[in-house]
Amino acid sequence: MAAGVAAWLPFARAAAIGWMPVANLPMPIAPTNKNKHQDELIILNVSGRRFQTWRNTLDRYPDTLLGSSEKEFFFNEETREYFFDRDPDVFRSILNFYRTGKLHYPRYECISAYDEELAFFGIIPEIISDCCYEEYKDRKRENAERLMDDLEDNKDSKLPNMTFRETMWRAFENPHTSTMALVFYYVTGFFIAISVITNVVETVPCGYMPNQRDIPCGERYTEAFFCMDTACVMIFTVEYLMRLFAAPSRYRFMRSVMSIIDVVAILPYYIGLVMTNNEDVSGAFVTLRVFRVFRIFKFSRHSQGLRILGYTLKSCASELGFLLFSLTMAIIIFATVMFYAEKGSSSSKFTSIPASFWYTIVTMTTLGYGDMVPKTIAGKIFGSICSLSGVLVIALPVPVIVSNFSRIYHQNQRADKRRAQKVQKARLSRMRISKSGSSSAFLHSKRNGLNQSLELTGSLEEDQQLKKTTSLLESQHHHLLHCLEKTTNHEFVDERLYEQGYMQTALQNFPSQSPSLSSEEGITGTCCSRRTKKSMQPLSATHTHSHTHNLQELSALHIQCGERQALNTSRSSLNLMSDESGSLNCKSSGLVTTAIITIPTPPSNNSRASPDAPPPPNPDAPPLPNPGNDVVKISAL
Amino acid sequence: MSSCRKRCKREILKFAQYLFRFITGTLNADSVEDELELSAARHRPEALEQLEAQTRFSRKELQILYRGFKNECPSGVVNEDTFKEIYSQFFPQGDASTYAHFLFDAFDTDHNGSVSFEDFVMGLSILLRGTVQEKLNWAFNLYDINKDGYITKEEMLDIIKSIYDMMGKCTYPTLKEETPRQHVEIFFQKMDKNRDGVVTIDEFIDCCQNDENIMKSMQLFENVI
Repeated sequence: MAAGVAAWLPFARAAAIGWMPVANLPMPIAPTNKNKHQDELIILNVSGRRFQTWRNTLDRYPDTLLGSSEKEFFFNEETREYFFDRDPDVFRSILNFYRTGKLHYPRYECISAYDEELAFFGIIPEIISDCCYEEYKDRKRENAERLMDDLEDNKDSKLPNMTFRETMWRAFENPHTSTMALVFYYVTGFFIAISVITNVVETVPCGYMPNQRDIPCGERYTEAFFCMDTACVMIFTVEYLMRLFAAPSRYRFMRSVMSIIDVVAILPYYIGLVMTNNEDVSGAFVTLRVFRVFRIFKFSRHSQGLRILGYTLKSCASELGFLLFSLTMAIIIFATVMFYAEKGSSSSKFTSIPASFWYTIVTMTTLGYGDMVPKTIAGKIFGSICSLSGVLVIALPVPVIVSNFSRIYHQNQRADKRRAQKVQKARLSRMRISKSGSSSAFLHSKRNGLNQSLELTGSLEEDQQLKKTTSLLESQHHHLLHCLEKTTNHEFVDERLYEQGYMQTALQNFPSQSPSLSSEEGITGTCCSRRTKKSMQPLSATHTHSHTHNLQELSALHIQCGERQALNTSRSSLNLMSDESGSLNCKSSGLVTTAIITIPTPPSNNSRASPDAPPPPNPDAPPLPNPGNDVVKISAL
Repeated sequence: MSSCRKRCKREILKFAQYLFRFITGTLNADSVEDELELSAARHRPEALEQLEAQTRFSRKELQILYRGFKNECPSGVVNEDTFKEIYSQFFPQGDASTYAHFLFDAFDTDHNGSVSFEDFVMGLSILLRGTVQEKLNWAFNLYDINKDGYITKEEMLDIIKSIYDMMGKCTYPTLKEETPRQHVEIFFQKMDKNRDGVVTIDEFIDCCQNDENIMKSMQLFENVI
């Protein structure tokens, strides 16, 4: 329940009077307000700054420090105030949380100081409201990264005994771990450079033969270049094989971009070796040589900036796509227009629309080669519009790409983007748990038999004993939910139990057993009431064993009698054997129905289990731990 | 003819304005947003003494009620959506919006679409401090959706369905289609004495006063505030 809504609980309870004429069962007794004193102001002295608030405000969140009895430890008798030796500025946000139900994260505050204060006051950070949550998460991530970087620097110095393979992989990934790795790093870098330069120089004209044609160096010094190429490719091949050997996951390594670049870089050589100097394929062979230029991308292992550039382009794929798309649209439009505008003039270069594409592209990117120019007036007008719009279209997505690059370069968040996805899911699941905390808190307290004390006029001590674990607000809320149950004569159950029950009844839909008075060995589900046309009065549904619903242990039918005894959800009936409780309850000869019985398994987590719970008849069936019992009781939203 | 001219003039004026704004670069959105700020309603309740006289709450109780009310609705009135949201928070497992709608209609006695603090506190005064007659009257008013003085089976079915909706689907035993209908049958069997298919206010009050369960449960929430 949210904080402000707690103030509306009296209203909701009052409105419950609307259910009373409709209900057919008597209602449970309302929890009484033991301490009837008026709401009072309490003073919270945080390092000298005094905050004052109503006691009720703090009681809204009973599982935080200020909302529970834990604050009594900080009570100062002489000054009659609660003294906390903490930061008063952060305390402002915390107190506002109690007042408004929303926790805000102030931007000027240091993230770790804030976290500490939250931890001290027992508030989980997940309930920071959406307006401040992004900021909080970003700052936290940065902080965690920084810590991790520091940690890694320390980590490198200590080397536990790793296998040879692991050492090699580490050497490949972090060249500054050992001298050998550094040497290897520089050698490969050198050879990449050599290989690229060789490819370039190969095509430079280098002196000439007696016929007029200049021949490129590659053809003049074929052997030298061939040797150079071979050496480089051998080094690259060895490097690739070593990386492949050392990789922790070879499959993943082979799929990675860098390894594909490596393969593409060395493949042309081998293909060239394999293929003979055939005339037909030599054309294709020459094309393959182009791929040798991909060796330059191997530099990206050596350069951080190059990697970031690559990542930026990948992350800006949508902007680039937009750029491309809008350019294409504009090109087609303007090319068409120019073609039709220039159709009239003679000796026009605009022979077809695709031919006009070239003009449009050159104009829009403001290159303006001048090989194609419009001659008609209409053509010139449209040409100028074309160049103006070209500037616009190209200028728009570029700043986005630039800002992306700079952001990534400064923050270097590649892996964290993947981590952020998981964190978001975790946060949502935590909030879901705390939201369902209120409903499962009710079910939780039901299982503990708390509501039992509300129905039976139990002794006072029992009341007090059970009361101290739930706040008054919670018990009132539970009473309200209990009234609703009584009105509709159905009970709340956990989702899991419900699904189990649903599947079970689906399985047992076929044998339609008529309700009978004798207890039979058999499994009848609530489907029974669907099948049999008898008036299964919703009045006397069974409540007894819904809680610990181990459906694998369905055994006997249970007889449930009339209205008055149907209320007996007490644990005492849980503990008795089924037959006995049947006879106990059947005082009046009222309506008789059939229902499921389950023998309750001894609850594993629940410490309130009565010691005389009978052992389940099926000892080998796995005991079902109370679902939802280990739900972390977070301050329910 | 003149209307056509007038319209033409208006259109031309609008176009000229648009052209002007286009050239000078003002955004369309700026002018519209100024008007949105004033639309939120504000309401100040009557004086404390007056409310004290009109309801059966003491001064302190009214103070507590108002503080809670104002905290959740700073503008001083609750509209139906906020009301539904607040009420749904108490029933996380089910869907409380239909019942909240009926409740809203019951509280909004002047039917102006919003519940002010006076409406709120009047309703609460009846529910918590009223006589049994008044409470039953209120309940009858709640069930009588179209406020015609008779509860028909359809109205009752709607009400009961909305109550069952609040339970949600994870219940034991599982909610079935005919459960609300059966519940309505039982209710009518009990309440409709002359079997004419509707329940009037007298039948309702009469029958409830004879049912001790209902009488007892009416006293249940006496000490809520």
